[in-house]
Amino acid sequence: MSHIRVLVGTRKGAFILTSDAARRDWRVSGPFFGGWEIFHIAGSPANPDRLYASQTSSWFGQVIQRSDDGGASWNPVGNDFRYAGDPGTHLYYDGSSKPWAFKRVWHLEPSPTDPDTVYAGVEDAALFRSTDGGASWQELPALRAQQGAKWMPGAGGMCLHTLLLDPVNPARMYVAISAAGAFRSDDAGASWKPITRGLHSQYIPEPEAEIGHCVQRIAMHPTRPQTLFMQKHWDVMRSDDAGDSWVEVSGNLPSDFGFAMAVHAHEPDTLYVVPIQSDSEHYPPEGKLRVYRSQTGGRTWDALTDGLPQQHCYVNVLRDAMAVDTLDACGVYFGTTGGQVYVSPDAGDHWQAIVRDLPAGLSVSVQTLP
Amino acid sequence: MATVRVVLPYQLYTLAHSAAELELEIADTVTLAAVLDALETAWPMLTGAVRDRVTGRRRPLVRFYACQDDLSNLAPDIPLPDDLAAGREPLLVVGAIAGG
Repeated sequence: MSHIRVLVGTRKGAFILTSDAARRDWRVSGPFFGGWEIFHIAGSPANPDRLYASQTSSWFGQVIQRSDDGGASWNPVGNDFRYAGDPGTHLYYDGSSKPWAFKRVWHLEPSPTDPDTVYAGVEDAALFRSTDGGASWQELPALRAQQGAKWMPGAGGMCLHTLLLDPVNPARMYVAISAAGAFRSDDAGASWKPITRGLHSQYIPEPEAEIGHCVQRIAMHPTRPQTLFMQKHWDVMRSDDAGDSWVEVSGNLPSDFGFAMAVHAHEPDTLYVVPIQSDSEHYPPEGKLRVYRSQTGGRTWDALTDGLPQQHCYVNVLRDAMAVDTLDACGVYFGTTGGQVYVSPDAGDHWQAIVRDLPAGLSVSVQTLP
Repeated sequence: MATVRVVLPYQLYTLAHSAAELELEIADTVTLAAVLDALETAWPMLTGAVRDRVTGRRRPLVRFYACQDDLSNLAPDIPLPDDLAAGREPLLVVGAIAGG
């Protein structure tokens, strides 16, 4: 019988939540790596017991941890992230140029076919790959060659936080960077192009510039990888040509600012966002925690509230903190900065808290296991 | 050969899967560089966690104390106090009080 493993990264450690397919009764394990920030944990689709975790600390730097038994035990692997060649400079808030400097790994994306291959999106923004289970890391430097000198950090740092691997075309991948924008490679990372046509960001000097958009998240459905959805700093966007052009689909959302986004496992036009009040007020509008679901690929949205707090709620849901499972009745999950992890076992109609009092949530990923 | 005692903070001894207090054998003059070299040789997962793996500079929020003194800014090749080199006092690796 299928079961579910939810991998939760928080400001003070990692937690693993497990349940059978009913998704009502949960076992909570952790904290793992107590006292460290866990930016992301991800399981290999090719070997679900192979997990990778990004463990980081302002005091002690970056560690990559690996588990080969589904999270029961962990061992540190490689933490040597060196930019290829002379890393050069990027723009800084004050208009000066600053040398690229590695700070932390924001996102890990294991290969769908090889458990030993995993990608890491890092701050200062760059893409690294390991082909030996995380023991060593090599940069894919062509990405930063794509006008990297013009990239500038957002308030959260200049981070590569989203990486999508096209499940149909193995040579195609997408990245999103705050606040450089979005890029696509059609040759496995050997070259890249900005994919920002149609984006409009009123907070940058040239609102329709190729570089400089603060993209919070990109999502796709695996059966329709030409179609992308984007939660931008403001605006929810859609592309039907692999990012070559974008149109706004914010529609009737109460706010189109936000971070997290996910697509239903079986319905390519059903997507989820969590509207946030504004870029200055990182909490839900009206103090009501609402997931919004569109079943029309955007533009028309319904509020999902059953089981979520509808008063005095001022948490945030960060960009890597929403995910879905692939059971027949698609489960939707998200974690909050208040330490709650919510699940809906029926595609968003009803919600329950799996846990309520974890440290502030940074990331949630989900494995559907046989 | 000197036997030096090093006390690690919680985050580092759990990372190393080790005891909080370690003993390190130092063949040459006991300096910060020699102690950290020995530490990283015995526990390679700590490489980069105490000092920058490229520049060798102490990470900004890591401090070194021993024998009632703050040794954090001591040059890495300066001999450490005799009581530390003789194993009578440990080198304390401390995470600075900062943040939440």
